[in-house]
Amino acid sequence: MVSKPHGGKLVRRIVAERTRERILSEQSEYPRVQIEHGRAIDIENIAHGVYSPLKGFLTSDDFGSVLDNMRLSNDLPWTIPIVLDVEKPNFDEGDAILLYYEDLPVARMHVEEIYTYDKKEFSVKVFKTDDPAHPGVARVMNMGDYLVGGEIELLNELPNPFAKYTLRPVETRVLFKELGWKTIVAFQTRNVPHLGHEYVQKAALTFVDGLFINPVLGRKKKGDYKDEVIIKAYEALFKHYYPKDSATLATVRYEMRYAGPREAIHHAIMRKNMGATHFIVGRDHAGVGDYYGPYEAWDLFDEFPDLGITPMFIREAFYCRKCGGMVNAKICPHGEEFHVHISGTKLRKMIMAGEQPPEYMMRPEVYEVVRSFENPFVE
Amino acid sequence: MMEMEEFVEVKIPKSLYDRIKERVEEAGFDSVDEYVTYVLREVLASLEEEEEEVFSEEEEEKVKERLRALGYLD
Ligand SMILES: [Zn+2]
Repeated sequence: MVSKPHGGKLVRRIVAERTRERILSEQSEYPRVQIEHGRAIDIENIAHGVYSPLKGFLTSDDFGSVLDNMRLSNDLPWTIPIVLDVEKPNFDEGDAILLYYEDLPVARMHVEEIYTYDKKEFSVKVFKTDDPAHPGVARVMNMGDYLVGGEIELLNELPNPFAKYTLRPVETRVLFKELGWKTIVAFQTRNVPHLGHEYVQKAALTFVDGLFINPVLGRKKKGDYKDEVIIKAYEALFKHYYPKDSATLATVRYEMRYAGPREAIHHAIMRKNMGATHFIVGRDHAGVGDYYGPYEAWDLFDEFPDLGITPMFIREAFYCRKCGGMVNAKICPHGEEFHVHISGTKLRKMIMAGEQPPEYMMRPEVYEVVRSFENPFVE
Repeated sequence: MMEMEEFVEVKIPKSLYDRIKERVEEAGFDSVDEYVTYVLREVLASLEEEEEEVFSEEEEEKVKERLRALGYLD
C-alpha cells in the first residue's frame, strides 16, 4: 500500500463551486489581506493536502510546539512552521478574511488567533542561526510582526505554467495505485540531473517498486536552473536511461526554506502525503552555505520513529577512475586521487563556458537539453 | 514566550525499568524517559488505524482520466 497521509487523512480545503461564486460576489464584504507568492503556494499545498494534516496556518500552540519540539501540539511530527504573517491586522479574531496574491483572491481564511512572536527565536530554532546572510533567516526578519492562525479554503489556484507536470496528492496516489507500485521512493530536487543524482536514485530504486522524481518549482535564486530546464532535462534522462514502468516524474510548487535537517523532515512529510513510502535524504539536504553538517539531516530522522515514511540514506556518489564507474565512499577502496566528485557548481561553470561535461558527469542527452536553452539559468 | 513541552509521570514496574536501563545506552539514548518515549511513539504509529481514502469511484475515474490525458497512464 502507498503511504497513509500524515495524520491519517488527506486534507482537502477547496470550496465547492457554488460557495466559491458566492464568496467572490461578496468580496467587498471581507477584510482584504495581501499575501506574498510563497504564502499563496503554502495555501495551495494546504488545500491539496501536501501539508496534511494542516488545514490552515498554525495557531500559537502549534507554532510554539513546532519550534520547541518539532511536533504539532498533538505530538505529530512537524518541523517547519507554516505561518501567515501580517504587518498590522485590519481584522479581528473570529473574522473571515480574504487573502489576495496581487489581484487574485486565493483563499478565505477563518481567523482563529492573532499573535506575536520572536523573530530571533524563530530563526535560531528553525535555521540554527540568526545570521541575516542565511536566506531563511533573512525572510523571517522581513516578516510582519503578527502571525495569523486559522483554517483556509482555496478559492483560486495561482497561474501555473507547468500545470501539466504538477500532480496533487490525490493524483499521485491514484497514479501509484494504477501502476501497481506498493513501495515508492521519492526524490526531491531543484537541479538538472547529473550522474551522481542518477546513481543515488537508481541505488534507491533497487529496493522499491517505483521511483518518483519530484522537482520543486518555485521562486529561484540567481544562478539556479530555470524550472523548464529542469523538467526537460529529466524528460531526456527518463527517455534514455530510466525503466518506463518503474519511474515517473511530476513537479510540486513549494518555497524552499533552506532549513537543512528540519526541512529534510518536512520534505519527507510532503512526499508521504503524495503516497511515497520512502524518501531519499541527500547530502546537505535543503542546506545552504555551511550552516549544516553534510549528513546532519540523516541524524535528525532518528528522532522521528513515528514519521510514517522511511528515509533512505544514500551516500554521495562520485566517479572512480580505478573502479571505472560511479561509486560511493562505502564501496570504493581507492584513494582520493582516483575520485572525480561531481559538483553542481562545477557543472554550472562548464555549461556557462559552453563546455560539454564528460559523460561520467552528465549524460550527453541532458547536456543537449540544457544547451538548447539560450540561458538555462535564472538571471 | 513559548513553553517547553509538558511532561507527565507514568508508573512502570521497577524490573522493567531496570531492563530498559540496561538497553538505553547501547540503543543510543540518553535516558530511560527518552527511550520509552521513542518506543511508544513507534508502537503507536504502527497501530494507527488505516483510514479509507475518501474519494469516490467517480472522482477516482476523473483523476485517472487526467493522468491518461497527461500521459502518466496508458
Ligand atoms: Zn574506486
